[in-house]
Order: sequence, then C-alpha cells, then structure tokens
Amino acid sequence: MTLLLIEQLLNGLQLGVMLFLMAAGLTLVFGVMGLINLAHGSLYMVGAFAAAWVAAQTGSYLLALVASLAAAAAAGVLIETLILRRLYARDHLDQVLATFALILIFSEGTRAVFGSFPLYLTIPPPLSGPVTLPGGIEYPLFRLVLIGAGLAVALGLWLLITRTRVGIRIQAGAADREMVSALGVDISRLYTLVFALGAALAGLSGALVGTLQSVEVGMGEPVLITAFVVIVIGGIGSVQGALVGAILVGLTQTLGAFLLPLASTRLTGAPDAGQVLASMLIYILMALVLIVRPQGLMGRPA
Amino acid sequence: MIPERVFNWAVWGGLLAFALLAEALGETYWLTLAARAAIFAIAGVGLNLALGNGGLISFGHAAFFGVGGYAVGILATHAQTYTPLFGLIEGTQSMPVTWSVAIVAGALAALVIGALSLRTSGAYFIMITLAFGQMFYYFAVTWSAYGGEDGMSIYVRGGFPGLNTLDPLHFFGLSFAVLTLVLLLVRMIDRSPFGLALNAVRQSPARVETVGISPRRLRLAAFVVSGAITALAGALFADLNRYVSPAMFSWTISGEIMIFVILGGVARLMGPVVGALVFVALEELLGGLSDYWHIWLGVLLLLIVLFARGGITGALTREARRG
Repeated sequence: MTLLLIEQLLNGLQLGVMLFLMAAGLTLVFGVMGLINLAHGSLYMVGAFAAAWVAAQTGSYLLALVASLAAAAAAGVLIETLILRRLYARDHLDQVLATFALILIFSEGTRAVFGSFPLYLTIPPPLSGPVTLPGGIEYPLFRLVLIGAGLAVALGLWLLITRTRVGIRIQAGAADREMVSALGVDISRLYTLVFALGAALAGLSGALVGTLQSVEVGMGEPVLITAFVVIVIGGIGSVQGALVGAILVGLTQTLGAFLLPLASTRLTGAPDAGQVLASMLIYILMALVLIVRPQGLMGRPA
Repeated sequence: MIPERVFNWAVWGGLLAFALLAEALGETYWLTLAARAAIFAIAGVGLNLALGNGGLISFGHAAFFGVGGYAVGILATHAQTYTPLFGLIEGTQSMPVTWSVAIVAGALAALVIGALSLRTSGAYFIMITLAFGQMFYYFAVTWSAYGGEDGMSIYVRGGFPGLNTLDPLHFFGLSFAVLTLVLLLVRMIDRSPFGLALNAVRQSPARVETVGISPRRLRLAAFVVSGAITALAGALFADLNRYVSPAMFSWTISGEIMIFVILGGVARLMGPVVGALVFVALEELLGGLSDYWHIWLGVLLLLIVLFARGGITGALTREARRG
C-alpha cells in the first residue's frame, strides 16, 4: 500500500510538471499581453504531431523533440503575427472567439492531413523499462525523466525571467507596456518572442505526454482546460503560481483517482461513488480556492 | 439597410414559413432540421441574456444544456424501466413535467456555478465557467448508473397533451412555440427595471452600486435565468434525438452556443436565432461538401471577429448595438 502510494505520488508529480509546461505559456501570455489563448491546446497538439511525424521519418527521439519545439514555436509565431496581434487591445470575448476559431482550423486541418487515427511515439530504448528506486520501488524510467525535464524547464524559465535582459523586459512589458516601448524596446518583437516561448513549451509537453499516451486530434483541449484550472488556482499571470497550482492539481487528480475508489469500495462496497467524486475533485479544489482566495494562491488582488 | 424590427419579424416568419413549406413538400428531414435550429436558437437566446445583456462571457453553457438533457433522459429511463427514482418518484415522459424539472435543475446548476464564478470577473470568469462545464462532462462520463460514456437512449419521444410529438410538424411546432415564448420572455426582461439595471451593470458596475443595487446579485439572477433557458433547450434536444450522452456537456457545445450568439449579433433579441439558423444551414451545406467543414466555420468566425463585430444582424440592420 505504501509502495503503491509513493508510485501514485510520483505519477501525480509527473502529471503536475507536464501541466506546468502548458500552464506556464498560458499564464505568461496572459500576464504580458493580456491575451486569453484557447488555441494553446492546438499548439500542444502541433508539437505532438510534429514529433510523431519526425520520429517516424528519422527514428530519432531527440530530433522528434527538437521538431516539437520548432513546429509549435513556428505555429505560434505564425498565428501571433497574422491574427492574435490584432486582438491584444480587444476585449476578452473577441480573443476567446478568434482563438476558438483557430482551434477549429488547427484540429480539422490536422485531421485532413494526418487522418482520424491516433499516431504513436515510442519511448527510446535507453529510457524505457523500470528502474528500482531506494526502498525497492519499481518505477518507469521515462516518467522519472519527464519529472526531471519538467523541473529543469521550470528552473530554466525562472532563470530566464529573473536573471536575463530579455526576462527583465518581459517583466517590464507586463507591468507597463507604454513605458517599455518609450524606452526603446521593440514591444511587438518582445510579444512575438513571449508567444513563441509559450508555444514551444506547449509543443514540448505535447510530445512528451504524447509518448506516454497517444497523439491524436483533440488531445490538446482537455489539457488546456486543466491548465486553466491550474492558473485559476495559482493566480493568473504568476509563473510561480502556475508551478504550485500544477503540482497541486497533478497530485489531487492522481491521488483522488487512486484513493477515492478504494475508500468508496470500503464504505459502500462499490468503487462508483469514489470514481465520480475523483473525476470532479480538481474542480472542487478550484471552487474552494475561489471561495477562500478568488485571485488565486499567488495572484495579486485585482 | 432594414430596420431591426422588420428584420426580426422576417427571421421569425422565415423559419415558420420554411417549416410549413417543408411540410407541404413532404420533406420531413427539413422539418427536423428546422426543429434543430429552433432548439439551438433557444440555447443561444439563453446564453445571450448572460453574454449580451449581462456582459458575462460564459464558456460553460454546455453544463446547462446537458443538465436539461439528462433531466429528460433520467426521468425517461425510470419511466421505461418502471423503477422509481430514489425509490420514491415515478419516472415520466410527459413534456410539461420533464421540462419543468429541466428548468429547475438548470437554474440550480447555474446558481451554484454562478455564485462561485461571479466571485471573479474578466478572463477568470471565462476559464472558470469552462472548467465547471468540463467538470459536468467528466461527471456524466463516470456516472455509470446513467449510461456513463454510452449515454442513454429514450425509446419513445416524450408526450405533450393534445399533440403527437412523433409527427415532425408537431415537434417542430412545439419547439418553435417554446422559442417564441422564450423570446417574449427575454424581450420582457430587457424592458423591465431588472433588464435596465442589468444593462447598466454591464456598462458601469460602480455607478449601479452607488445607487444601491448589488451588481453581483443582478448578474447572478441573469446567469440563473440564462442557465434555465439553456437547460430547456437541452431538454428539447434530448427529445429531438431521443438520446442523451456526455457529448451534450462537451466544451465544443459551449463554443457552438457562443457561435450562435456571435454569428447572429451579440445583445440583439433575434441575434442567436439568426446565428443558429445560419449554423444549421452551414452544417448542412458545407458538411455535405467536405468532412472538414469546421475549417470553414473557423475561417468565417475569425473574419466576423476581426472585421464584422455586429454579426449578421449588425451587418443587415442599421441600428447600432445597444450599449
């Protein structure tokens, strides 16, 4: 039981760091440009498909990951410069509609090119199979790699934002757009850069999660909605909030799905009630945060 | 350019005339399409009350659409199997009863979601309503007692006193009558002190608060009525298809209901009706040409957002959008 619980804790952490890769881009784009981007899930899907295609062509997993970053960033730059740039000054309704329209175009476009059947990415042989952790727990190596990669990206992002010139500009751009512009920073290039960065992170997480599951049209939207839950819990615009929220949501989701059916079987003799409650658990968590702290755990009061 | 009043009557009369023509030609499929459009229009009119009048951008109205559908599905399942609900209440397929249950259930769901979501505003509100909608979706998927992922079939369409609901013309007439009543209700709300205050809250919450009206309570009331109307549409949709499934709760339904409103024109009485008619027509025409018609829907939506902000009603009538 304890071993199973530790395994589920690790699974929750792995889900959490992957959610963070999605949520980080969303929250950065919202914090800096004030844009709510529903098409972030499409960028996740673009990354996964690019990786699956390149892996099938070349057989190299590393190249597949590079392709996921590049394709998602390129798609991000394309939609930012052509369409989204016009929407920064518009109200949220227009942003939601335009990015919803982009989801329709991306999803059906991908279906037209790759068909409706899922594609699969295989875990590269050196990273497949289980490892034995201290305490005798057998755990899939690839999931450990995902946890490590996610945490490394989180650290890199933190260094980028707090320690580099570009990062300072991003922070300044979020605080006061006109002032940054007046100081001679090309604000629209900065915006494109932020968008490409968020898109690349989404694409990477699409490729990594797509390796565990499958690559198919429509894979991005459930993750997008969960990422929304993450940033509502963490506080919109806060990257640290996104990290805390993502890990909280990852653990809640995984442990709920593991423990609640067990508890319900013990109490009522059937796992059903526990399964139903587990499926709602992260939204209940979100509701609780809204009651206690509507601006999110790390958000500033409006 | 035509006055909006004339345009509104033309849309209303146009839908009715289309259905009567279909009946005269014996095209029952067209009648079913017309009923589908009328039902979508009801859902859109419901959302428009929150979105257009209240300025509340709800991306979770599929929750209410699904709740309405499931109310009908659950009552019908109990009627079909002769097993009382909770061991107490007999199932039923009588539309006046199932509709009432759908409306109350939709209003309750909207009360809970609204009370929580309205603690925030702006982008938070959009994300939170979207998330709560998804919660209902997963709830329906895991709730195996009522079909889980497979949904529930309703073997015989619900009945309405004095009508044969299996006759496509009768069922269209019923949907059209509900649509008309809902439109009258929304017009009445629009002109009532409540509607005026709601418009004022959208434009300037601070001023409304200063005169002693609570913006949050007004918005919540509008959200509840909006949810109840959309639930009624869901109930009719369940009877139209004689089938309910978690797909009714899917986030794409929320998006589509929003498309009805935007395509037609936000905060205009007949906007969602026009939007739903155009949507069903596009689905039929483009869907026949290409399996990937959603691409063209996406392109159209993008063009409307970027270049034609009053929607179709705005482009065809001369009156500017209120507010």
